[in-house]
Amino acid sequence: MLQDRPRSPHIQIYRPQLTSVLSITHRMTGVLLGVAGMVVVAWLVAGSLGPEPYEAVVAVMRSPIGAAFLFVWTFCTFFHLCNGIRHLFWDAGQGFELRSIYLSGWSVVAASVVLTIAVWLAVFWHWKT
Amino acid sequence: MLVTRSSDTQRHPLLKRFPIPRRAGVDPASRITSGKTWTAPAGATRVKRFEIYRYDPDSKKNPRLDVYEVDLDSCGPMVLDALIKIKNEIDPTLTFRRSCREGVCGSCAMNIDGTNWLACTRFISETTGTASIYPLNNLPVIKDLVPDLTHLYAQYASIEPWLQTTTPPPVTERLQSPADRAQLDGYYECILCFCCTSGCPSHWWNGNRFLGPAVLLQAWRWLTDSRDEATGKRLDDLEDPFRLYRCHTILNCTRTCPKGLNPGKAIAEIKKMVAQRQL
Repeated sequence: MLQDRPRSPHIQIYRPQLTSVLSITHRMTGVLLGVAGMVVVAWLVAGSLGPEPYEAVVAVMRSPIGAAFLFVWTFCTFFHLCNGIRHLFWDAGQGFELRSIYLSGWSVVAASVVLTIAVWLAVFWHWKT
Repeated sequence: MLVTRSSDTQRHPLLKRFPIPRRAGVDPASRITSGKTWTAPAGATRVKRFEIYRYDPDSKKNPRLDVYEVDLDSCGPMVLDALIKIKNEIDPTLTFRRSCREGVCGSCAMNIDGTNWLACTRFISETTGTASIYPLNNLPVIKDLVPDLTHLYAQYASIEPWLQTTTPPPVTERLQSPADRAQLDGYYECILCFCCTSGCPSHWWNGNRFLGPAVLLQAWRWLTDSRDEATGKRLDDLEDPFRLYRCHTILNCTRTCPKGLNPGKAIAEIKKMVAQRQL
């Protein structure tokens, strides 16, 4: 192989497509869910330490930044879940026609947005009553 | 947008590339500088701009992007027609591979407007305002649009792409039923242009060890051939965290195949076959 040659560009020039964009989104939501798992641990540890530490963690989650994090977390959960189901179909050898790939891809996007909004509408409705 | 065939093009000028710095992860010798602009002759009525990757191995200079203005009124309809017109009439130093000009040889595979396709079967009218043309992605460049495919051919050779048998040869040919023969449909048509492999992000990051979609599609072509008797050995060779399982089902391969084949499905079939033999 030629060693002293330049390498042709790839990610720098390749067009973003639903295929690659959903793939990298799946990876990024997975990383964020890993981080969010530690928040669950912090919440449980705080609860086991007593009421004051627990209240402190809950206060952080109720602040605007905490709420924004919870919202993003909800979306990541639903996206990773829905796209994970899509991957299960692929692992079974189903849904590889280009039309199916795009239909299932857009369905995952729509489903995760709708489910996220539905959960937060339920949260707001619960807070009001 | 719902894409139903790999020939469908997306033309949002704002989403032509990922929003990352053009130099992100690029070694200094591969950085692309701006080049020369060849303006259209006076009196040209229908001018189309082509932005083309140039690299001259003799100059010891970095690759550059030259801009060519072509009068479409005196040019054929395909991107390859424009490249030939540029080479014949504007700049004879432009270098590219081409042969059959009808999508059966795979020589003119290149990155056209952000996706890989054959220049001979992509209409100029399917490209955006300024059509950008680069060589196939993530390969050493020999000159201009000619990449070095040595590594990809070596990966192809590694799967031993020929019929392997242990039973003694019959008196006539090794026969196959029409149904068994139909198992090869969608796989035997591959022309090894490597549009898919060079458009696969997994192959960009792990191309030295991951075989890539084109070679794995060929591997499946031999695994599913009823006459081949080396299935077990072939699966042993493929069952590897990198060679096969660096495929994360991104499916840029199926999206870009200029022959409308489905490397993504072929790879899924291999993974299924590996799983099923362990049951």
